[in-house]
Amino acid sequence: MQFGIFTVGDVTADPTTGRTPTEHERITSMVAIARKAEEVGLDVFATGEHHNPPFVPSSPTTMLGYIAATTERLILSTSTTLITTNDPVKIAEDFAMLQHLAGGRVDLMMGRGNTGPVYPWFGQDIRQGIPLAVENYALLHRLWREDVVDWEGKFRTPLQGFTSTPRPLDGVPPFVWHGSIRSPEIAEQAAYYGDGFFANNIFWPKEHFQKLIRLYRARYAHYGHGTPEQAIVGLGGQVFMRRNSQDAVREFRPYFDNAPVYGHGPSLEEFTEQTPLTVGSPQEVIDKTLTFRESFGDYQRQLFLVDHAGLPLKTVLEQLDLLGEEVVPVLRKEFAALRPAGVPDGPVHPAAAAGTVGKADAAGAADSAGAAVLSGESVPSAAKEA
Amino acid sequence: MAEQTPETPVARGTAGGPGRTEAAVAPGTAGAAGAAAPVRVVAVSAGLGEPSSTRLLADRLAEATTRELAAEDRKAEVTVVELRGLAVDIAHHLVTGFPSPALRAALDTVTGADGLIAVTPVFAASYSGLFKSFFDLVDPDALTGTPVLLAATGGTPRHSLAVEHAMRPLFSYLRAPTLPTAVFAATDDWGGGADAYAGGLPARIARAGEEFARLLRGRGGGRGDGPGANEASTGVRDEYDPDTVVPFEQLLARRTAD
Repeated sequence: MQFGIFTVGDVTADPTTGRTPTEHERITSMVAIARKAEEVGLDVFATGEHHNPPFVPSSPTTMLGYIAATTERLILSTSTTLITTNDPVKIAEDFAMLQHLAGGRVDLMMGRGNTGPVYPWFGQDIRQGIPLAVENYALLHRLWREDVVDWEGKFRTPLQGFTSTPRPLDGVPPFVWHGSIRSPEIAEQAAYYGDGFFANNIFWPKEHFQKLIRLYRARYAHYGHGTPEQAIVGLGGQVFMRRNSQDAVREFRPYFDNAPVYGHGPSLEEFTEQTPLTVGSPQEVIDKTLTFRESFGDYQRQLFLVDHAGLPLKTVLEQLDLLGEEVVPVLRKEFAALRPAGVPDGPVHPAAAAGTVGKADAAGAADSAGAAVLSGESVPSAAKEA
Repeated sequence: MAEQTPETPVARGTAGGPGRTEAAVAPGTAGAAGAAAPVRVVAVSAGLGEPSSTRLLADRLAEATTRELAAEDRKAEVTVVELRGLAVDIAHHLVTGFPSPALRAALDTVTGADGLIAVTPVFAASYSGLFKSFFDLVDPDALTGTPVLLAATGGTPRHSLAVEHAMRPLFSYLRAPTLPTAVFAATDDWGGGADAYAGGLPARIARAGEEFARLLRGRGGGRGDGPGANEASTGVRDEYDPDTVVPFEQLLARRTAD
């Protein structure tokens, strides 16, 4: 089981001081947060991709490349990479390059993006969101697996005899997650390819995501990749912790009440009851996260959102200390003890596994780390026949 | 259909007693009314008063429909969804993108109906904002094929065409067939001041109930119970059902089809 953090990359005013960080401050904070994640023993850092204010991460592989150079163990990922409006050829090239520079410590999460104007800004139509995700990913999948690609699709100019360079590190493409909050087509797509499915469950109540994940697991098995229990599931969650639960609530409330994504709607109490948001002690975060397993089955990756609502960097780094010292070690042990044999661990590139990734993960993952290491043969037989 | 919690502003009754919170008649146990599952009639009232004439009209229409169904040996299960108690939850859903458990239950009740009675007060020449906000939160495909009886209340009969120019297009957008006969009740209609040549309100309610019951003939058991139930009765798929999901090969093929 892999634990990490994901960031939206929003520039949000701190409601307690009224001060808005500059873009430069936010970007350097994101890097500091990623490095801290490695320092406290987390496995994954993932950044969003946006092309409009108040968000800064428009160029994820630039940022992740920089972080790769200053870390040794951390898996660098995205949440999400826009498969609809980016050229799949450029995604193939950028992430293969990043994969080489980071020694395999790279995977990525495909997403469609829900900001309407981004589509026309990049020459696309939001009503074609699903067809774009389907076609562009079909091309990306081939570019990483076939040395020479002939391609003709509906959305992109044709390719004849094209080779995407660099080729994936050791011939093993980056692992791909498909992120969705509501579309059954994306769960179906992830299942078809035997890729991971990330259900960013941070806002909607769990009943909805149970249906979505159940669909993905059933179809993963249908396409012959394994049992439903072996499907690769990732989940989100957002937390704010202090050692004392009341202190956490008192300190976070002004942030919650004013945050663009939370505020001016349901109360903090209603929100924490109906969504994964946990504001309280480390033990409360442990307890809540363990309920995810009960709701969705054994899963492979847990990403926490910790730099939300305009929290200052110092506070976010304190959150990471608590995650690394008190929450994740317990969760690793608990999840590992509960996970049945045959359910795979989180995906790791063989080059990264040969490095130091497995070691720091030793508490919970060493026993089955081998099962999660990716192989070059990643096109499942059922998908090939189809 | 989702279980109702005691706090939800959704009152359920059985035939002849709309609004009374009696235990629902279980499908398939309609007794003397025959073996057919009861017809699920759901009335949505956007009235704001307590008591409200909008709710009163919803109750009368549900009762008239139930009576007509009973005359044909069909049992009805009536549920009234009062939007007043859901107003804050509706606003929260608009802001956050997800419903509270009580609102989820109300939405499931409405989309699970065999027939819908929609009643709003007329505000500023149209349906009320609360009424529209609730239907803004209904999945655009969820009412496809569900018969709807339109009704509205207002201070004067001069608002009566709001039913035609505001309500009817809303349900056309949702692909929910509306009964041609709609009922508008002005304040005077509840007393003796009604238009003597148009027929009294009780007669118009009875006529609407009779016609609506005819439209509901052959329906029953609600929508969305078990895999395929939606599709069988209405043509709407449960999009998360692994057995009926659109296979990926079709998604791939569809991309080049147009």
